[in-house]
Amino acid sequence: MSVLITAVATLGAIGAGSAAILYLVSQKFKVEEDPRIQEVQDALPAANCGGCGFPGCASFAAACVKAETLDGLNCPVGGQETMDHVAAILGRKASVSAKKVAVVRCSGTCDERPRLNLYDGASNCAVAAALYGGDTGCSFGCLGLGDCVDSCAFDAIHINPETMLPEVVEDKCTACGACVKACPKDIIELRKVGPKSRRIYVSCVNKDKGAVAKKACNVACIGCTKCQQVCPFEAITIENNLAFIDDDKCRLCRKCVPVCPTNSILELNFPPRKETPPAPKGEEATVTA
Amino acid sequence: MLKTFRIGGIHPKENKFSAGMAIQTIAIPGEVIIPLSQHIGAPCQPVVKKGDKVKAGTLIGKAVGFVSANIHSSVSGTVVKIDKALDASGYKRDAVFIKVEGDEWEPAVDRSLSLVSECRLTQKEILDKIAAAGIVGMGGATFPTHVKLTPPPGTKAELLIINAVECEPYLTSDHQLMMEKSDEIMVGITIVMKALNVEKAIIGIENNKRDAIEQFRQKAKAYPGITVEALKVQYPQGGEKQLIDALTGRQVPSGALPISVGAVVQNVGSTFAVYEAVQKNKPLVERVVTITGKDVKQPCNILSRVGIPLNNLIAMAGGVPETTGKVISGGPMMGKALASIDIPVTKGTSGVLIVPTLEAKRKAMKDCIRCGKCVDVCPMGLNPTLLMNLTEYEVWDRAEKNGITDCIECGSCSYTCPADRPLLDYIRLGKGKVMGIVRARKN
Amino acid sequence: MENKLIVSPSPHVHSGDTIQKNMYAVLIALIPAFLVALYVFRLDALIITALAVLFCVGFEYLIVRFILKKEPSILDGSAIITGVLLAFNVPTGLPVWILALGSLFAIGVVKLTFGGLGNNIFNPAIAGRIFLLISFPAQMTTWAAPETTAATTDAVSSATVLGALKFAPETMPSLMEMFLGTEPGSLGEMSVAALLLGLIYLLWKRVITWHIPVSILATVALFTGLLYLFNPVPLYHPLIHLFSGGLMLGAIFMATDYVTSPLTKRGMLIYGSAIGFITVAIRLWGAYPEGVSFAILLMNAFTPLINNYTTPKRFGEVVKHG
Repeated sequence: MSVLITAVATLGAIGAGSAAILYLVSQKFKVEEDPRIQEVQDALPAANCGGCGFPGCASFAAACVKAETLDGLNCPVGGQETMDHVAAILGRKASVSAKKVAVVRCSGTCDERPRLNLYDGASNCAVAAALYGGDTGCSFGCLGLGDCVDSCAFDAIHINPETMLPEVVEDKCTACGACVKACPKDIIELRKVGPKSRRIYVSCVNKDKGAVAKKACNVACIGCTKCQQVCPFEAITIENNLAFIDDDKCRLCRKCVPVCPTNSILELNFPPRKETPPAPKGEEATVTA
Repeated sequence: MLKTFRIGGIHPKENKFSAGMAIQTIAIPGEVIIPLSQHIGAPCQPVVKKGDKVKAGTLIGKAVGFVSANIHSSVSGTVVKIDKALDASGYKRDAVFIKVEGDEWEPAVDRSLSLVSECRLTQKEILDKIAAAGIVGMGGATFPTHVKLTPPPGTKAELLIINAVECEPYLTSDHQLMMEKSDEIMVGITIVMKALNVEKAIIGIENNKRDAIEQFRQKAKAYPGITVEALKVQYPQGGEKQLIDALTGRQVPSGALPISVGAVVQNVGSTFAVYEAVQKNKPLVERVVTITGKDVKQPCNILSRVGIPLNNLIAMAGGVPETTGKVISGGPMMGKALASIDIPVTKGTSGVLIVPTLEAKRKAMKDCIRCGKCVDVCPMGLNPTLLMNLTEYEVWDRAEKNGITDCIECGSCSYTCPADRPLLDYIRLGKGKVMGIVRARKN
Repeated sequence: MENKLIVSPSPHVHSGDTIQKNMYAVLIALIPAFLVALYVFRLDALIITALAVLFCVGFEYLIVRFILKKEPSILDGSAIITGVLLAFNVPTGLPVWILALGSLFAIGVVKLTFGGLGNNIFNPAIAGRIFLLISFPAQMTTWAAPETTAATTDAVSSATVLGALKFAPETMPSLMEMFLGTEPGSLGEMSVAALLLGLIYLLWKRVITWHIPVSILATVALFTGLLYLFNPVPLYHPLIHLFSGGLMLGAIFMATDYVTSPLTKRGMLIYGSAIGFITVAIRLWGAYPEGVSFAILLMNAFTPLINNYTTPKRFGEVVKHG
């Protein structure tokens, strides 16, 4: 019996002693933290993707609390709703930013862009890009080895095995920008989602001269300036034989799409066109929409 | 016991099929493409334009920046255009296209075969001539020679090492050049010694080139201060740091240049080019290229002007074999696989190796079994399997701490790995990333 | 030339070394020990070894194929080695179901739950053996006397050398018997000579380097030798320790397992000496007569730590000037 009592007493004493030490230490080393940091952090999506430019949600929360205004601070994953919530907690105003989504600016499928050699190195775009221009005649286009897929924390981008090009799952994409950084060819761009997810963009990044680009890929932008001429809003610029549509200026009129001789301008999520373009009325309607 | 370097190393099959094949000269085709970046560093600024007439030896690209080398026309003719052309880098870069007309040389160039052994020029005059001639390291690294021969302030060279190791399997261009131009090379060495103001030079030759060792030992008797050292056959002995270790027992510290141990290493081909530039006023416009491979009909050593498409050289060796799977510019360990055989010969093209399809394909990668063989063979004493993992998971600080920037990209690790892991592919990538981070930190 | 050119980063040649080649070399090196076992235990040795291999390979195939749903790579030989080593570590009379359980534990738990070959922390055969030893101590230490020396078969059991050394010194076999392999013991631990033959083969084929086995054996010899100097009784005799129990088998075949041993030479020496030290400590002062497998298992756990602290000797790090 005495053994039992001794055991219980000893263990109890050790426990009590340890508890006391832990309490004292935790008091001594207590870090005074602004309680709002935790609140803000709770409002964030906890994806820790780094899309905001900070190492994780916690440091983003700390930055939000510390900053004078919320200008330039944006959680791409949570979007406007989350930032409004954060603003409410801090009693500030969130800057308005349009929701964005990743677009892949290459349409060079296996059919459109014939493979000229076989890549046999490590299955990694960055390794291949450091080695050479790629397995097609186009040294700007997608290598199809999936660095973007590996970088995505949201399972929102996949390589289509038929085209060997990545495809973005719009609903899952949070525009965190990880794939943009991961792509060694700078093919992926964050663009405004647009009304009803409607977007128009040049799906090519080839800066070669027109003839060279066309020889390498049927759907390459050849820098012919036709789209630039037809655009009523001066949204299209051409630099280094490559067209670019500014999504701040583009009003989604779709005039540039049919004039492109190589079909390198893509339109997404639009209703099907009427068979006989041009149909001025329909287009004007889209402009106002 | 023959000398060799002390850490790691491998001994791949030598396969020197073209050894002893006399150097043949290739006919000049109707058009040549001369890339404006044939060296490490900034591309040259073209100094000719469309329609200009050039002669062989005419300056067509001027060096810009410190680490850069002039480029000369290798033929006489008319500039057709300056446009992008695919080169061994795998990308399209600026190049001068010249339509060949006759074979007229700049009048200053002495094309006779007579040996000019006397050199009365001063140190500075020699260096200027080397810089003007656009000489680069011809072993493949293509580092401008005049920069290398100008030690940074506060350092002093004590020893010149002539790299005649040619440790890459298959390649024989240096070996054959040594057999046919030994007198010129010896004079070249004395000129480089003068440029560096050193009294001593060692020629390091691997023991699989006994005839060259013998020949140079004979010649060296007439040149005080120059000795010949036979080295055990071991890859990558041609690496600067490894060669210095093998010959002098000194190890260049991590991140330092060979000059920190008083040595300057010079490729034997470049030494011959120095001779021609200084004694014969001939800029670097041609070089010896080995065309070889298991199924190549006539493996050979060809003297080719810069800018001739590799296709022509391969045709001279009996054409592209049916079995071809891979064409490599350089040797099998460090050479670059080419996406096209239409690219031109450049100053750094030491050879073209044609590998049959059966041997060209890599095997599927397996999980690392942690056998440590890559650690054993790494000549820089690194841990390749760790560095590959750190690169895959982008742990740059640990990669830096574990010496990823010391990697010389010799490929011994990937060569050895029983699990067929692409160790060097990843380490090379990580090395680039870490070097970028280090540079950004310095600025 | 119709085919497309293959493009890959350098190097473009490979040594031709493969995982299989290394694994099969280990199997070849185990042949002499197996022949001795066959001679000593006759058919029993063959049955136990064949069954253990069958179980290990079978479990690996079934688990990878149907639970992990991946393509099994049983031909790489690693499961075969685990089977053979497990068989070599058990007495011949072991009931089949116990052997099956040991194989399942070795392959299913120790190897595959960690991700298969290359990712396991512990050597599967060692862990399997210890699992059996702890779970079935009676069956695992019932040694059948060698058929070559005993008049009757299986029924007769006798103590191993180390058991005798610790608990009944008068029944010790001679050193020569131990070297050649006629003393009682586990299947593969019989003949020191046969195991050394295997070591020579592995060194010649460059499958392993000398660092691990030599450091283990040297530590054991030194440690016991020192004790023997002060107190020359058989319990401390270095040769008895070297020649007995699973030391040779462990030092040559189990501690040298690529996956669970350190990468660098310095690490290997630390790892080997620690195994030698722990082995002797357990043998002399522990509850079990034999400690090799515990020592190896323990040091397996320390391997990542050793790897972390023993970076290879970097070029230019040591010799800076001359």
